[in-house]
Order: sequence, then C-alpha cells, then structure tokens
Amino acid sequence: MDKGRYGIHGGQYIPETLMNAVISLEDNYERYRNDKAFNDELTELLNNYAGRPSRLYYARKMTEDLGGAKIYLKREDLNHTGSHKINNVLGQVLLAKKMGKSRVIAETGAGQHGVATATAAALLGLQCEIFMGKEDTERQALNVFRMKLLGAKVNAVTSGTMTLKDAVNETMREWSKNVSDTHYVLGSVMGPHPFPMMVRDFQSVISREAREQILQAEGKLPGAVVACVGGGSNSIGMFYHFIPDVEVKLIGCEAAGLGAETDKTAATIATGHVGVFHGMKSYFCQDEYGQIAPVHSISAGLDYPGIGPEHAHLHDTGRATYVPVTDSAAVMAFEYLSQTEGIIPALESAHAVAYVMEAAPRMSREEIILACLSGRGDKDAAVVARYKGVGINE
Amino acid sequence: MNRVSNAFLNKNGKAFIGFLTAGDPDIKSSERFILEMEKAGADLIEIGVPFSDPIAEGKVIEAANARALSCGTTTDTVFELVRNLRAITQIPLVLLTYLNPVFKYGYESFFECCNSVGVDGIIIPDLPHEEKGELTEHARKNDVRIISLIAPTSKERIKRIAESSSGFIYLVSSMGVTGVRDNIDTDLESIIKDIRAATDTPVAIGFGISTPEQAKALGGISDGVIVGSAIVKIIERHGVNAAPYLYDYVKSIKCELI
Repeated sequence: MDKGRYGIHGGQYIPETLMNAVISLEDNYERYRNDKAFNDELTELLNNYAGRPSRLYYARKMTEDLGGAKIYLKREDLNHTGSHKINNVLGQVLLAKKMGKSRVIAETGAGQHGVATATAAALLGLQCEIFMGKEDTERQALNVFRMKLLGAKVNAVTSGTMTLKDAVNETMREWSKNVSDTHYVLGSVMGPHPFPMMVRDFQSVISREAREQILQAEGKLPGAVVACVGGGSNSIGMFYHFIPDVEVKLIGCEAAGLGAETDKTAATIATGHVGVFHGMKSYFCQDEYGQIAPVHSISAGLDYPGIGPEHAHLHDTGRATYVPVTDSAAVMAFEYLSQTEGIIPALESAHAVAYVMEAAPRMSREEIILACLSGRGDKDAAVVARYKGVGINE
Repeated sequence: MNRVSNAFLNKNGKAFIGFLTAGDPDIKSSERFILEMEKAGADLIEIGVPFSDPIAEGKVIEAANARALSCGTTTDTVFELVRNLRAITQIPLVLLTYLNPVFKYGYESFFECCNSVGVDGIIIPDLPHEEKGELTEHARKNDVRIISLIAPTSKERIKRIAESSSGFIYLVSSMGVTGVRDNIDTDLESIIKDIRAATDTPVAIGFGISTPEQAKALGGISDGVIVGSAIVKIIERHGVNAAPYLYDYVKSIKCELI
C-alpha cells in the first residue's frame, strides 16, 4: 500500500487488534487537521499556554568564540514543560478529547514526552498513564516525580533493555487492551501511519517559525539546519519547512554513544539496516537475524534503535545527512553552551550543539548555521555529574 | 503437499493447536515437546520463532522468547528443528514469527527454507491484511499458507480478511496480548457467523484459553482452539522435564474437543 509511505519506508505494521484504532485515528485526524475551530483552539494553547512562538536566539558569544558561521538557536527549551514535546502533545491530546477518549497513554525515554503528556492531560481533563523503562526511571528520577505531581500514573517497564524501545512495546500492549477509551500519544515521528505524519505536522511549527524568523533577522536562509535525532520529532519539525530550500543543508545528529564503531551506540543510520519494527519500515539497529539490538546513549531520549520513516527516506534521497555524535562530545557541548551562553541544553540537544561546534568554524562568517535547542538540560544535571564522577545529592 | 488442512478434517473432533517457543529451554527439548503433544492428540503445532520485542505477547510468552534467545536460538535453528521433526512426523507445522526476522532473512530465502524443511504455514502478528501483499507471492510459490488474524475489533474488516484467507483463520478471542484469562466475553459467535458468510476457511480461536471448560465451549462454536501461554507456563515450570506434564495437559484439553 502507498498510504503513509516515505519511499519504501513507513506503512502500518501492527497487530490486527490495533488496526481499527489506527484507521479511526487517521480518519479523525484527516477531519480535524483542516477544521478551523480545532486549529484555532490548538493555536490558542500553543501560544498562550506553551509560550509559542519560541525565540530564535543569536548566539553571539559562541559565534565569536568559534570564529565561523553565525550561530542561531531555535529555543524550544523555553516552551512550557521545557522541550519541543509539548507541540505534538497538545495537538494529540486535544484530538483525543475530540475523539471522545477519556484516557491517554504514552511512552517516554528521558521523561520529557511523559511530562508533556501528563501536563496536557491535566489541562484538558483526561486520565494519563506513562510507560518508562526502569533504567530511565532511575536516570531521570526527577521527571518521574514531575509526572506523578501532574496526576499521571507512571509504570516502570522491566522487560528487555528497560529503556525507550521497551517502553514503546509496553505502551502498544496496553493500547491493544483498551483501544475503545484510550488514545496512545506517540511521542515521536515513528510507529504506524498516521503517527509519523501527524507528529511531523504538529512539530513542523518549529521550522515554520524558524524560517520566518531567520529571514526577518538576516534576510537570507541558513547554510545548514541542525537537530538531534532519536525517533526524530524535533529534527523533522526543524527540517520540514526547509526541505524545499535545496540550498539549505539538513543535518541530523544521531547518538553514537561510545562511538558508532562500538556496540554501545544508538546511531541508527550509521549502523542500522532496513527492517520492520514498531509499526513501520525504516532503519533499525539489529543483528543478522533481525533481532533488535540493545542500544546505548547517555541521553535517554536518543536511546532508541530506530528512526522515523520520513528521516529514513530523507537519508535515502540524500536530502538530509545524518552524523553520529558521541556521549563525550555531547557532554562537552553541554558544558560549553552552559558556560558560553548561560544556556544549559538537554543532553539530546547537546548532540546538535556538538555538531555546530565542529561545523561552524569550517564555514564562512557570511554563512548561518541554525540549530534546534530541543530541550533544557536541568533534567540532565545529575546524569552529567555521574558521568564526570561528581557526587551530588539529587 | 500442504498439511494445514489435515488438522481440520474433523475425523478426530475439533482441532487442538498447541504453541511453544522454539528453543525454550533448548532446541532439543522443543523437538521432544512437539512430539509429545502430537502423541497426546495435538492436531497442529505452532512454533514460535523467538523475537527480541514480541509486542503482541503477554509476560509468559515474552519471557519464553527471552529464554530461547539467550540460549542462542536463531531462525536457522528453528528451520533445523522443523527439518528434524519432518524425519519423524507429518503433523502440520506453522511458524509464528514477527515480521522483522522474516524481512531480514529475505522474503525469498525465508519462504524457500520453509518449503524445503516442511513448514506449512506462517502467522505474523505484526503483518495486518493491508501489508500482506509484499509476502503473498513468495508464500504461494513455496506452498506456505499465510494465516490471517481476526480480532474482536475487526468488524467491517472481517469480510475482506476472510475472503483472502488461507490455511485457517486465527480468531483472537479478546483484546490485549496473549496470556491466560478467566473470562472471555467477546461475542465470538457473531464474528464466526460473519467469517462463515465470507469463506470456508476453518476458524480456530486463540488468546486466553487454558482450561478444558474454555476449550469445550470455544471448540463447540469453531473448528479448533489454540493454546499457547498455558503450555509455555508448563515448560517454564518444568524445564527440560516438561514432556510428561505437556502430555497430560494436552490430553485433558483434547478430550473435550472430541
């Protein structure tokens, strides 16, 4: 079938128990995406609740220090709940409410998507249950408490690698038990159609604003647009309106963990192969028999063995380039941005910052490099302290 | 010749379909367990190809998948198991596998192997009707039946799925994942009526069946019952020594189907 395809990628590879739920979601989304009242309500929430439009910030000190391209940061970290995740969640939870659902469930890695979902559910009056790998509940304990504070139930997933992929497995299982009253708020541009398209649409507000903002500030388009990629929601949001601008390079920064050449990595494009998993055809880290590989990244939000199907297609066509960035480079960028600009980035976003630090000096002063700062790094202070062997009282 | 239909000849009552995960606790035991279930009256065996992330399975079968993988079971080991069984038995054998191991093996090679070792059918829980097209030609060429699933939520999809079904139809008794349930309250009779209106393909009911009473009731309205988690639990408890317990259990269910 051609529906929900990005080249050979995408599709709807899910159990029959979920098919009608996904088809109903598709029908409802098609109906509401062009509905003026729905869009007005969503815009109102995005602007007056989440704090959009987010700022496009000229990182003057970083630019001067690195001595190359002008560096701009799209400040998704300043959104309510501290990351780009709220853009998608407000759209989906509002849609769930219109569809008459009384309960939302979601997976979360670093906890940002879980916090955003719990927030939107609290605001819009829906019950909320979050599934999070046990390892992630430990490395992101603060976010677990935030979710509970917001009224959500948090389930620690103890199967498999106890990280993001296992949280997705468990949320899919839970959804198949309760499709009638429950909507699954998928947090990234992955899963079966229509999720990759719908989440991309909700996140594309990032590049719609950023493109206008950079044209207003500089009167020209950037040479490169950079974002970190796990499943790929902030990056697709950041790329989307620049895709037709072929002169703008699109760079996705994958989590290389200890290095793309090691087995402690989550760099899907660098090390993965085409496969079918979590409802979609795309690239996945896997072994020769198609068993999904355990992956590693210091950043829980990028610790995922796959990538969204639209990214897989952007890679196949060469429109976007995906580069691996290691844990150590990300931690260095985390500290650098904190000390240079006074902005503590999420470890996920620090992967994009690390690429900018390396690329900007190689570009001319006339060029612009624009990076998505997808989230704030308060949640990662303890992780980085542990990484550096610094004892702190959490 | 494909053997799936032999399970539904009704010469010996309704079909009993037993499931186990290949390689749990090891591949030699799987061979013994399958032969033992056949001796106890099983009409068809569903062999699970272990997968790292079995999203349609409950805790019991998920744990069996992990045990099988940790002792080194691969797609090739499973083919070897079927090849060995075929030297001894003609019982219909159907593989249950998630799509990725099939995709990674290569559709063409996978189905050629199925044919050469004697696999009669394949159940792929994460391959819905709409995406089946990419496999059908390979399956047909190699005389392997793709078993379709129908769920309580399938509704208007039933007709379409039933019309293109082959081998048998796997009717999912209730929502959620595999695992033992106390009560099954789906209106299965009306779903079966819709299926019968569209096709002659036999219908077997699975998900949540563990007791002789459930088997009797569900066998009464269908062409057979599928038991998975209850069997895997016995294997989990008794390990390599599970054979006699499996025999007694399968016998106790099968006698309700005659």
